[in-house]
Amino acid sequence: MLQLVIFYIFAAIAVVSAIMVITRRNAVHSAMFLAATLLSVAGVFLSLRAEFLAGVQVIVYVGGILVLFVFVIMLVPSDRVIFERRYNRQGRIALITAAVLIGELVYAVIQGRDAFVFPEETLEPAVEGNSQWVGTVLYQNYLLPFEIASILLLVAIIGAVVLSKKSKPGGEIAVEE
Amino acid sequence: MEQFFQPQDLRAIAPELALTVFGLGLLVLDLIVPDKRKLGYWALAGVASAAILLFLNRNLDAATAYGGQVVVDPFADYFKLMFLLATGLTVGLSMRYLDVEGEQHGEYYALLLFAVMGMMFMAGGADMVTLYIGLETMAIATYVLVGFLRRRPRSNEASIKYFLLGAFSSGVLLYGMSLLYGISGSTNLVEIADALSRRGADPVSLIAMITVSAGMFFKIGAVPFHQWTPDAYEGAPTSVTAFMSVAVKAASFAMLLRIFLIGIGPLREQWVPVLAAVAVTTITLGNIAALRQTNVKRLLAYSSISHAGFVLLGLIAGNRTGMVAVVLYLFIYTFMNLGAWGVVVALRRGNVIGENVEDLNGLYSRNPVAAVAMLIFMLSLAGIPPTAGFIAKYHLFAAVIETGHVNVAVVAALNVAIGLYYYMRLVVAMFMAEPSEAGSVGFSRGVTSVLVITLALTILIGVYPDWFINLAQDATATLPVF
Repeated sequence: MLQLVIFYIFAAIAVVSAIMVITRRNAVHSAMFLAATLLSVAGVFLSLRAEFLAGVQVIVYVGGILVLFVFVIMLVPSDRVIFERRYNRQGRIALITAAVLIGELVYAVIQGRDAFVFPEETLEPAVEGNSQWVGTVLYQNYLLPFEIASILLLVAIIGAVVLSKKSKPGGEIAVEE
Repeated sequence: MEQFFQPQDLRAIAPELALTVFGLGLLVLDLIVPDKRKLGYWALAGVASAAILLFLNRNLDAATAYGGQVVVDPFADYFKLMFLLATGLTVGLSMRYLDVEGEQHGEYYALLLFAVMGMMFMAGGADMVTLYIGLETMAIATYVLVGFLRRRPRSNEASIKYFLLGAFSSGVLLYGMSLLYGISGSTNLVEIADALSRRGADPVSLIAMITVSAGMFFKIGAVPFHQWTPDAYEGAPTSVTAFMSVAVKAASFAMLLRIFLIGIGPLREQWVPVLAAVAVTTITLGNIAALRQTNVKRLLAYSSISHAGFVLLGLIAGNRTGMVAVVLYLFIYTFMNLGAWGVVVALRRGNVIGENVEDLNGLYSRNPVAAVAMLIFMLSLAGIPPTAGFIAKYHLFAAVIETGHVNVAVVAALNVAIGLYYYMRLVVAMFMAEPSEAGSVGFSRGVTSVLVITLALTILIGVYPDWFINLAQDATATLPVF
């Protein structure tokens, strides 16, 4: 019961801050709300006894990626953006569609919530230490996707370098017949 | 405990490994080799060695590798062969084109090879995690390739649009996958199918099915998730557009087939109506939008949307003929469409963009061979005998009529007529209009070889389809049918 209450508290914080992330005009505020979202997701992981994931979530996302976000926001002159018109002319239609979609999803999940209950004996055996368990699953069941993910990250790095690299001096398009 | 990795598993993914090694090698060679165009040959060598390894693997005993993460079956091999052929031809189109655009970099070919590696896991994956990681590897490489012409605002715009919409659709797809995992407690497609058949169609399964299909429909560019296609195809370097319209699309179809036939196969009764509605609107809207285009790249983009709708017809039929038709159609489409894009690539030279329909004006008098080649590709895309496109459409129509989906067949047949109209518009421009500029159009060696290969196959499959039909039958023999 207590676990359920904790879950709902963290989930509510996560959803509300996620909405704030995309509705704030000031990018720094958005970044702070993103931190709140990520921390409450870490809280959800903790309440599910996934300590390792919670730790990684805090260290990598909040500690690493978010700090980079804030750096970029500070380096880019963002004051101008606050006063610019934003491309959300279809706000009302989007709101209605989103509401209908959320209604459907909530209905479907509540109707079929027994789908997510498994008999005790089919669950993976509990092991000592959550990080051990993550490691076991990652290097056994999901060894191949784990390795492909390294190439995926390499592709992302190459992409970032290619797209941000300065053009050659002169920079004109080579003309030849 | 079950063995999750054995040394012989490496052999099962040998072609993918070869592509990765050559891709990494390209990144190093890029720093050493001064003449960047030479790197294209290295990429071709990578594609060729992957093809050889694929051929040597054809009789591999192991059905699955990595504890069931990937399967090695004729279906996967067929698609992998298709990707490799498409990539080889794309490299042929790119080598001169990148010089003209002034963006000849080694990273281009490396990204191409990594993208193909991702595609191979989309064709061979038997687990949602592997399929998804393969999809993302392909997608991220493609986002970058679309924006490769960094000095062209249109290319940047196309890339950012494709990226944002692609990331959003991946989110929708993942949401559906997480529901499927919640229902079944497994990411393996077979185990998901087991759980779904025990459960039947209840609201959760339906929501999972709808979200997964929405994600996949985006990837194949089906209506109503098609809006990114014309913009991304138009802004991308033409060689990349050619690659996207055949290889990326075929890979997405391979993944879609695996998920629909195996993973959510038990829900077939529920997804057939959805698929039928999507297929019919895709074919019709794609064709009607293509009628009004003045830009050849946009026109072919809309044409590729409607072709995706045609391929879905085979899945609606769902019988043996339908499955053969789907993979045969994708195979044939690869060649006829790459050929058509090859002609568009050749028109881009010096400071001529060559993308408008008027740029084709009088091509017959400027380069008769190119004009006749384009004519044959257009006839094939429209589905006129004796070209390969006719064989492809013939099997699809046979399949939907066999299973009694007559309404769908009638709409599709009407659309063939609409398609013929806009393909012929290009032909009229080439043969009857006065040339808008003087001088002949010369082709580089790469483009010439691509045109020769695609033209030969388009005609060969058209007049002697038996061998290719057998190949398609072998590929689909292990797929479940309904």
